[in-house]
Amino acid sequence: MSTVATPAPVPRRRRRRGTKLRRRQTRVAWLLLLPALATVAFVAIYPLGKTIYQSFTNQEFLAGITPTKWVGFDNYFGPTGVIHDTIFKNAIIETIKFTVITVTIEFALGLIIALVVNSHFKGRGLMRAVMLVPWAIPTVVAAKMWQWMLDDVYGVINDLGIRLHLISHPHAWISDPATSLAAVSAVDIWKTTPFVALLLLAGLQVIPGDLYEAASVDGANAFQQFLRITFPLLKPAILVTLIFRTLDALRVFDVFAVFFGNRPDTQTMAIYAQSTIVGDGHVGYGAAVSVAIFLIIGLFVIIYVTINRVTED
Amino acid sequence: MSTAAETTQARPAVRPASRSVRLRKSPAGRILTRLPFWILVAIIFVYALFPFYWAVRSAFTPEAELFTTPIKYFPTDPTLQNFRDALSTDFFRKALLNSTIVAGSVTLLSLVIGSLAAYALGRFRFHGKSFVLYLMLSMTIFPQIAILGALYTMISDFHLYDQLGALILTYMIFTLPFTVWVLTSFMRALPGDLEEAAYVDGATPLQVFYKVLLPLIAPGLVTTGLLAFIAAWNEYLYAVSFIQSPGHYTVPIAITSFVGKSGNAFQVPWGQIMAATVIVTLPLIAATLILQRRILAGLTAGAVKG
Repeated sequence: MSTVATPAPVPRRRRRRGTKLRRRQTRVAWLLLLPALATVAFVAIYPLGKTIYQSFTNQEFLAGITPTKWVGFDNYFGPTGVIHDTIFKNAIIETIKFTVITVTIEFALGLIIALVVNSHFKGRGLMRAVMLVPWAIPTVVAAKMWQWMLDDVYGVINDLGIRLHLISHPHAWISDPATSLAAVSAVDIWKTTPFVALLLLAGLQVIPGDLYEAASVDGANAFQQFLRITFPLLKPAILVTLIFRTLDALRVFDVFAVFFGNRPDTQTMAIYAQSTIVGDGHVGYGAAVSVAIFLIIGLFVIIYVTINRVTED
Repeated sequence: MSTAAETTQARPAVRPASRSVRLRKSPAGRILTRLPFWILVAIIFVYALFPFYWAVRSAFTPEAELFTTPIKYFPTDPTLQNFRDALSTDFFRKALLNSTIVAGSVTLLSLVIGSLAAYALGRFRFHGKSFVLYLMLSMTIFPQIAILGALYTMISDFHLYDQLGALILTYMIFTLPFTVWVLTSFMRALPGDLEEAAYVDGATPLQVFYKVLLPLIAPGLVTTGLLAFIAAWNEYLYAVSFIQSPGHYTVPIAITSFVGKSGNAFQVPWGQIMAATVIVTLPLIAATLILQRRILAGLTAGAVKG
């Protein structure tokens, strides 16, 4: 981070005027930052504080029904609190399953695609452009496209599967609980893998080519080169990509909402919080759920930062 | 990059030719060793594009033909009826306008506020700068669901419920920090001389900003603006939570709200939905393809450099 915040090349004046100039600079800088900081404070920091406060109350959206009062930790640890909430527990498990499946596959596929596109061939530019197509498609739209492709009677996936003898009869991929997670993951993997590949590709392209040259002079084969040069040098890009993808996957909402509504067996953490707050109007309890989600996501950030520290030493 | 590639390609002639090199030199062997590679390229190509092709194919296929088996992979008599049906749906037409208003306003606001902040963060020295940078970075990974409840009550207190203003306000959460972060990296990359010359000529910081720096980071503004626009255009969670009446739907809500002409909930009008899908995606894909190089630069500045 310290390298990121390098001082800007500002005109250096004589020392006598330095401090005065510095003070003026500071004032102007904060003035320029004011609108951005005010916006962030108003739409993110204040609401976060308000959510934490609400989580200690029994607030309902239609306030007339029950007067809002302070309930302490009841929403968290009370008999009907978050820690005893089996639906939320299922939602956490479902979300983590989804996260592990999608991030793993997206990373593996993304790395292969990045390595392919990083080599020189005709049509490489076209390939890179093509990879941006799934990324540019809105998630809800992508989900709709796949919902139609996965249709149990008229879907192209079943048709292709039967033609290629991969399946013997059409399958209801989305409604069958055994395959619903796979179906929803397929959408996310399709939409996001190219993006992961592009991030990794950017990391690959800063690796100097003469390293490989030197390695092949020394007789290292392609696999050794990957393990000893590509992988270690790509590690920062890999970590950043994994962090971004994991945090994104943990707050997944759109695909699940389109595929399942709020079908209880396939809720994610975000779906559960949204339906509690907006659907049922339980603002206080929903806030406690939100805070729990925030803490779970924070936990993942800490895990990643720790891994990063440990592997750097 | 290209120079590095040239040297690697020039080198093998110097080295004693190994078996694999000899294989690669003969024309037949060359094709053979490259074949798995090209198959892989073809697979990636088809995988990335097929779902979109399928949407286009379904959009041009007459409704009746969509619901027959065996499935046709190419529409035998293509029709525009699905597009006409989609565009004659009132809430869909309005959604196109609503989404343009929301995404356009959010983008404009983010660029104005964000470029001022990026000017401060990229070109000034002051205490607390790294704190602000950290704050913005942590905001880019802020889970929007965490503050849904508070926003929901705030919006109802401000009488913004079911108004596009609710979305313009709340979308700033994810567009602004990202805009600040990316534009800061663009600002920082500029050389100091021009700015210095302007200061010597007695320009004020604000004049330096819009007369010298802003034109220089114009490419960055275009990229960041497009990314912010796409993010706002695609947003679903807040839209579905804060908007109720069909007249205020945004595109993602509209896409999920089509019902068949017969009003039968079980007869999903897939032809219309796919036509709508194509309509809302084509401009994004076109813009993305035109600006692809810049988008890649913007995305990597936003993510990898973090």
